[in-house]
Amino acid sequence: MATRQTQYLARSLLAPAVGLLFIWMIVPLALTLYFSTLHYSLLDPGSEAFVGLENFRYFLTDPAFLASLQNTLVLVGSVLVLTILLGIPLALLLDQPVVGRNIVRLMVIAPFFVMPTVSALVWKNLLMHPVSGLFAWLAKVFGLTPIDWFNDMPMFAIILIVAWQWLPFATLILLTALQSLDEEQKEAAEMDGASGVSTFIYITLPHLARPITVVVLIETIFLLTVFAEIFVTTGGGPGLQTTNIAFLIYSQALIQFDVGSASAGGLVAVVIANIVAFFLVRIVGRNLEA
Amino acid sequence: MGQITLQGVQKAFGPVHIIKGADLDIADGSFVVFVGPSGCGKTTLLRLIAGLEDVTDGRILIDGKNVVAVPPAKRGLSMVFQSYALYPHMSVRGNIGFGLKMAGLAKDEINRKVEAAAATLNLTPYLERKPRELSGGQRQRVAIGRAIVREPKAFLFDEPLSNLDAALRVQMRIEVTRLQKQLGTTAIYVTHDQVEAMTMADKIVVLNGGKIEQYGSPLDLYEKPANLFVAGFIGSPKMNFVTGESALQRGAFTIGVRPEHLKIERDGAGGWPGTIAVAEHLGSDTFLYVDAGQLGMLTARYIGELSLHAGDRVSLVPEPARIHRFNESGNAIRG
Repeated sequence: MATRQTQYLARSLLAPAVGLLFIWMIVPLALTLYFSTLHYSLLDPGSEAFVGLENFRYFLTDPAFLASLQNTLVLVGSVLVLTILLGIPLALLLDQPVVGRNIVRLMVIAPFFVMPTVSALVWKNLLMHPVSGLFAWLAKVFGLTPIDWFNDMPMFAIILIVAWQWLPFATLILLTALQSLDEEQKEAAEMDGASGVSTFIYITLPHLARPITVVVLIETIFLLTVFAEIFVTTGGGPGLQTTNIAFLIYSQALIQFDVGSASAGGLVAVVIANIVAFFLVRIVGRNLEA
Repeated sequence: MGQITLQGVQKAFGPVHIIKGADLDIADGSFVVFVGPSGCGKTTLLRLIAGLEDVTDGRILIDGKNVVAVPPAKRGLSMVFQSYALYPHMSVRGNIGFGLKMAGLAKDEINRKVEAAAATLNLTPYLERKPRELSGGQRQRVAIGRAIVREPKAFLFDEPLSNLDAALRVQMRIEVTRLQKQLGTTAIYVTHDQVEAMTMADKIVVLNGGKIEQYGSPLDLYEKPANLFVAGFIGSPKMNFVTGESALQRGAFTIGVRPEHLKIERDGAGGWPGTIAVAEHLGSDTFLYVDAGQLGMLTARYIGELSLHAGDRVSLVPEPARIHRFNESGNAIRG
């Protein structure tokens, strides 16, 4: 396979795709870089001028930046914890032989296929609505005051919605990992006198370390950029309570019409994502080796 | 003590009867091999004894106590799995000591026992390694270490050597046999390899289609096979079977002669004449596959080198005392 000829052939056949991908990636990045150095307001067309790093200074010193950074981390962290803590028992349950297991699996996985916008709307209008929502009705059945989710605990409401969307993903990855656990290992543990709990702690959980790492890494990438759920439900509010970095950039660009500052924010988000990725790979990535 | 008795043990998975009633008496300290073709139920029988499967009917007695309702860990048996089933995230020390840890032994006692077991198996330098850093033979020894450290009443081996290459298999075969003799613990060993069965066993159980065909010492099985199946299964190359006139002359429906009990005469007079189809020269042995016309293909074995080649005419003369006779239903005729 690895003759010089096949290598050359492989490279020349790959080149168009790689080239296209590269252009696809580099053009927006270069434009963002360029815009981030301009004074560029959509309210004041024709006034574009080079301002150096002024946009970055403006974005980073904005009090909204720190608040939204904190919100981003809270959102990512909470959803990760929720999906893994609920995903493991769910995966264990779905691994049991029960009647109609395939249907149950399909149902559990369904939320993952619902568009974020749609699921946010369903949660907002059908479940969490303080007057006509299901939760409000339930509260009233028990004689409690319905919770106005998006005003009283907006961040928690967002976390619930996003966790609901990502739980199937975590469950699915963990379930496939459980199914790859060698049956003879469990039997060996049984012969060794391990109880169900001990088998879980000493055999199953270590086996799940790698898929949990995968879940954490992949979910983090997507959770850093959660947008639709916030846009549809709270619009970043009340105040800045549910504004994350992605939403802050959006509001810079299309609420305040400041493209320059939004571009700078976009680049800051890229840097933050890379910092998070760096630490994640450091902390959990060693599970992926060998 | 480790005396194991099976009484009318049956196992069915739904409508499929895997074990159709097994009765067996395994003496304390003996090495018993279950052998048979794949699908004969030998692994299932072992798993029934281990407690990894529930019996459908019958009793399993360990030291006279019926254990069919006792969970695996409480039966006092330990098992070596075909895939070794080592715990991949634990060191060798952790793997060997896991059963003791689950039994709630003190740490220093676990360490002492693990180190003693490791010393027996030459694993001491590898105690802190993970299974993936070990070779196949070392992993095999860890699996055995995990079994011996618990000082069980009996070892159960489920085709433990089938993942090793041929040379290592021979070496491990000897090591396992020696270890078992040294510990004096009862062992039940499942294999499909009749050479392993013949070399390791004190007694062999030949299984076929969920039934015990014969239970006896290796040489018993070789010299007095109870039926056609055992006769064909034990011994390599396979026994030659001849039906028709030659058999009827000797008062049997089928007669069987092992390849090593056929005398090879160069000129095709007397005995069974035929043409050599293939001649295999191994130096130590010569195997001849002879086309004997109506009798079909016959295999003959000659100890040492015999310069005969494909196409040569030979005559095969069975040793009269070594002819096995079988009736219509395939059972041996004695006397």
